[in-house]
Amino acid sequence: MSTLRALAKAQALAAGVAQPVATVRHLHLSPRPLVLVPLAMAGEANAPLAVLAGTAPDGARLLIVPQPRNRDQRFGFAAELAGIVLPYLDSFRGVSEAVPVDRGRDVRYRYVDAPQLLVPNPAGVTFLRLLGRSTRFRRPDGEYPVHPSVPLLGRWLTFFAERAEHPGSSALLAMTEALTLHWATGQSAVEDLHLPAVLGWLDPPPGLDGAQAAARAEDPSICPPAGPATDPDFDNQVLAPAVAAYDEAPDDAARLAAYAELERVLRGQLAPTWELMWRGVGLLAALSPGARVEGRWAGDRDAFTAHAEHVDSGGGPQPRRDGAVAAAVRLHRLERALTSYAVQRAYDDPLVMAEHRLTGEAFVGEVTLADPKRVDDTGKRPVLRPRIQVVTAEPVAVPVGATLYSPARPAQKAKVVFVTPGGDGKTEVVLELSGGMGRGLSAPPGTVPEVGERLCLTTLSDAYLPAGAFPAPEDTPWTHGGPPAYAPGPDPEPGAPSSDGDPVEAWA
Amino acid sequence: MTSTEQRLAEIRGGVPARRHNARTIAALTGNPGCARRAVLDSAGVDKPKLAARIGFPARFGQSRFAIGRGNAFEAQVKADGGAELLRLVAERLGVDPGGPATWTDLGADDRAGADRSARSRAALVAAAPTGTGEPAALFDHPLLGLDVAGQRVHLEPDLVAARLAGRYHVVEVKSFPVIDGQADPAKVAAAAIQSAVYVLALRELLAAEGHDPQLVSSDVVLVCPRDFANQPVASLVDVRKQLLVLRRQLDRMARIDDLLARVPAGFTADPSADPAELRRALESVEARYAPECLAACELAYFCRHEARAQTAALGRPVREALGGVASVAEALALAAGEDPGEPGQAEAAALLRAAARLRADALAGQPA
Repeated sequence: MSTLRALAKAQALAAGVAQPVATVRHLHLSPRPLVLVPLAMAGEANAPLAVLAGTAPDGARLLIVPQPRNRDQRFGFAAELAGIVLPYLDSFRGVSEAVPVDRGRDVRYRYVDAPQLLVPNPAGVTFLRLLGRSTRFRRPDGEYPVHPSVPLLGRWLTFFAERAEHPGSSALLAMTEALTLHWATGQSAVEDLHLPAVLGWLDPPPGLDGAQAAARAEDPSICPPAGPATDPDFDNQVLAPAVAAYDEAPDDAARLAAYAELERVLRGQLAPTWELMWRGVGLLAALSPGARVEGRWAGDRDAFTAHAEHVDSGGGPQPRRDGAVAAAVRLHRLERALTSYAVQRAYDDPLVMAEHRLTGEAFVGEVTLADPKRVDDTGKRPVLRPRIQVVTAEPVAVPVGATLYSPARPAQKAKVVFVTPGGDGKTEVVLELSGGMGRGLSAPPGTVPEVGERLCLTTLSDAYLPAGAFPAPEDTPWTHGGPPAYAPGPDPEPGAPSSDGDPVEAWA
Repeated sequence: MTSTEQRLAEIRGGVPARRHNARTIAALTGNPGCARRAVLDSAGVDKPKLAARIGFPARFGQSRFAIGRGNAFEAQVKADGGAELLRLVAERLGVDPGGPATWTDLGADDRAGADRSARSRAALVAAAPTGTGEPAALFDHPLLGLDVAGQRVHLEPDLVAARLAGRYHVVEVKSFPVIDGQADPAKVAAAAIQSAVYVLALRELLAAEGHDPQLVSSDVVLVCPRDFANQPVASLVDVRKQLLVLRRQLDRMARIDDLLARVPAGFTADPSADPAELRRALESVEARYAPECLAACELAYFCRHEARAQTAALGRPVREALGGVASVAEALALAAGEDPGEPGQAEAAALLRAAARLRADALAGQPA
């Protein structure tokens, strides 16, 4: 928690309404997201109970499992959900664009748009991850056959759950996290997991302040929980009798009536959260996107395209657990993404950059001197090395020789030459510039900051981070368990016990 | 009745002390610095009733689906005299069970608790390992005891396995799943501390009978459903750390007189008293509210309401990021420069002022 964010929380508490902690939107928002509000059966291992799904506020479709302990009904539900999710995914597989790779010597294709899944909270992401895990190894043949769409759904849900771990990805978002990324509420992080309470702070109903609205949202009799866990009182008093009525129905007519009653009570629990999800979407849509959001969304589109091709080419389901090398590669990728995401948000948003200014990683000053024509001819070849002097009132914590960057000119490096504290609490910093000025010995206009320009300088760099080198799986060092005993083939023979997670699970 | 017992009885009013169980004892370790909770728990106050009376009802309902599933899974695991359970536990401990185990059901008994407790004691002590070649012994729902704040608390572990790997093992059957070798960390943590309570009680029982308490392993066996099916899988959880925490908190509660010395005379938590008076009384004993209390303590909503102007109510990271300043109003005054702050706060004040200035600049649209 940065001091700036903590201060915003204190201000939110004092003001009785959430306070902004971002000036732009740091995530991509699809014009047609697939909103999923899932409910799970208490006590069971991620047994789906119901879901409300749709791509528009008035387009909610309710799916329920009348007896969640029944295995066939669970997979029937998964097949129905696949009937919503898979066509939605396919609708983004129309138009591709060419992307030059390998310095323009080759080209690859990616879809011009990609799907986006929205769930209420991080527990909703976990629900989808586990639903993906419980379905992706199922088979349409063998002992417990399921509909062919079920394992496909499982692989896609697993794909989205893995993207959700990728910092800066917008493929699968938890609404509570998306909102608290942009606004600080006057409550703790624990309480921020409750979507109704977060929206209570963001947009309190007339006559209530944020704290009152949030407290009201905590009463499950007024405001049902946003799932996937249900309210125990609802379970005991409403759901249990309704499930029993379905189970014990003597004939088809009674069963249909019991099913309709189950639908009614479950819709009652889900509908308020559905409304909140779209209010959240509306709040996010009102923010203009940051400059680098589009680039990160391109990464999501790449990942979507790659996974679609993997599935098309008959690739196997994701393994239960990554091997040593795959795990290291994945961790490395996530770390790079995290670093880059933090830098990009700061570059896009002065309010985020302010957090770095407070910790001494950045400062803002005014250019007081500029020598845009300076050429360094001490080397073999003369090179253009303009110098500027920046005066700042902020503390400068960077040493001489450090390289700084400016969000206004991300391709340009500024090496600190002198740091001179002035008498009036201000500091003069002389910087030598390189890069981002063309190839000649004179800088094109606008590439060198001019006298009078306000400039933010930071140690944060948005430069490309090269990927690390990792051994092939068959060369896994002994420190990491040595080479795996099996070859991670793309598709094990049908029926053969596969080492990456076999579906030999007897179901209750 | 000693004066301490007298005092505690006055605090809880004219009702018998609420009995602890392993779950409530485990919850005691959650926020050991909270004096309010220590006093109420020592006195055995009916906290759910108290919370409801003062207008801040606790929300710790349990779904009957969850209870039903838990019971069904336990029954399934223990079927056939625990044959499958023995195999699972022995395999996890890496030993040969060496033939079928004896099975002693110490739970199904309608007779009085004291009797059951004595039967459990005799049976468990008789199972102390004496040599090799003895068959393993499984004890279903033995009744153990532990002194908590001068009060004898009865505890009922799911199962105790004796004479496996030459030691006693506490076995807990939980119905949360272990998926691909991983379970919900919060649930595992709760099960670990609860099992530690049983280990402690079993060790005290053996020590009282002249046996080595270390005969009880600090590794407890957790039996959970594997993946999405109902097949059980056993895992070992090392609870040495939990035992230390528990010991410390129980010792602290045993020194209840020190705690009561700080409680004003006439303090009452009698749920039949006037709500306004109860609230006043509670406020006279210091609480240490943190957002984590919401998941553990029945009184948390009241304490949260009381602490709403405190930075700690926003969570410890927020409080620390605000330079450790205790009240929200004070933090904002320091940030606005209206209050120079106390001498020790110079650093926090400078940080908050800088933060407020940067925040205001950025929100006013100053280019970065």
